[in-house]
Amino acid sequence: MKAKVYVTLKPSVLDPQGKAIHHAVETIGYRTVTDVRQGKYFEITLDDAVSAEAARAEISRLARDVLSNPVIEDFRIELDSDPEA
Amino acid sequence: MFPGSNCDHDTYHIISKVIGQPVEFIWHRQASVGDCDAVILPGGFSYGDYLRTGAIARFSPVMGAVKEFASRGGLVMGICNGFQILCEAGLLPGALLRNSNLKFICEHVNMRIEVTDTPFTSRCRRGQVLSVPIAHGDGNYFCDPQTLAELQREDRIIFRYSDAQGDLTPESNPNGSLDNIAGICNRERNVIGMMPHPERASEELLGSNDGRIIFRSLADTLAELAKAS
Repeated sequence: MKAKVYVTLKPSVLDPQGKAIHHAVETIGYRTVTDVRQGKYFEITLDDAVSAEAARAEISRLARDVLSNPVIEDFRIELDSDPEA
Repeated sequence: MFPGSNCDHDTYHIISKVIGQPVEFIWHRQASVGDCDAVILPGGFSYGDYLRTGAIARFSPVMGAVKEFASRGGLVMGICNGFQILCEAGLLPGALLRNSNLKFICEHVNMRIEVTDTPFTSRCRRGQVLSVPIAHGDGNYFCDPQTLAELQREDRIIFRYSDAQGDLTPESNPNGSLDNIAGICNRERNVIGMMPHPERASEELLGSNDGRIIFRSLADTLAELAKAS
């Protein structure tokens, strides 16, 4: 089973990298872009024997304890067993 | 010491040769800090700063021992990457974000002593300005407004970036840190983290020995504790 984890800075945290990217993107002509926030994306492969429920619990724990820092970041999880949104 | 630490030998040298105290290296795989009186987490780039600065180091076996040592009142000091590791480990509040100007900054800065009732600043004067180098890409201290208010109320902001006269100006804040914060301590005041490198400013030969007073304070505190017990 595969899982995707998206880690993003909390809205209250300034993102100087996103700002620099936004500035560059504007400079090269993308006039309609009004903001850029940079985050992290993880593709994780789990043992196929794991149930979807157990996988979600495991990945949630991993995202909370390791992949993100709750002081500055939020995360969102997708499992490939999830119905397409 | 973690894989990627690179200020371990500098710190060892200052404590043994300049301060004249016994010191030993503790490798990150050790599950104990032995019978030491204080633990210093040195600067560097533990685990290549992958994921986040300090994020992987905090899972090293030795960190369990450091936490236990700190909970018994042991003195713990994190310098630069050591500060980042202590934040990730939850021993200090907040986090160190990318510098606001996105640059790795390696230069001497001025830091003002804000409080002297810690084991690491006991020899200092309140308002004293030390010239100490910084060398980091992620030193932009951040915490939520409640935590900041708590740090201010409890006098836990130990060092602030200032100008040479000790005035807190936006220009003297090199990395965008909240409230010019350069170093903080925990509520019990036995765990301290700072981004500037006092070990790189403890010998006149290197341009400044202003940082020496931090290690002298630590040595004095330990000597007094030993006398009292």
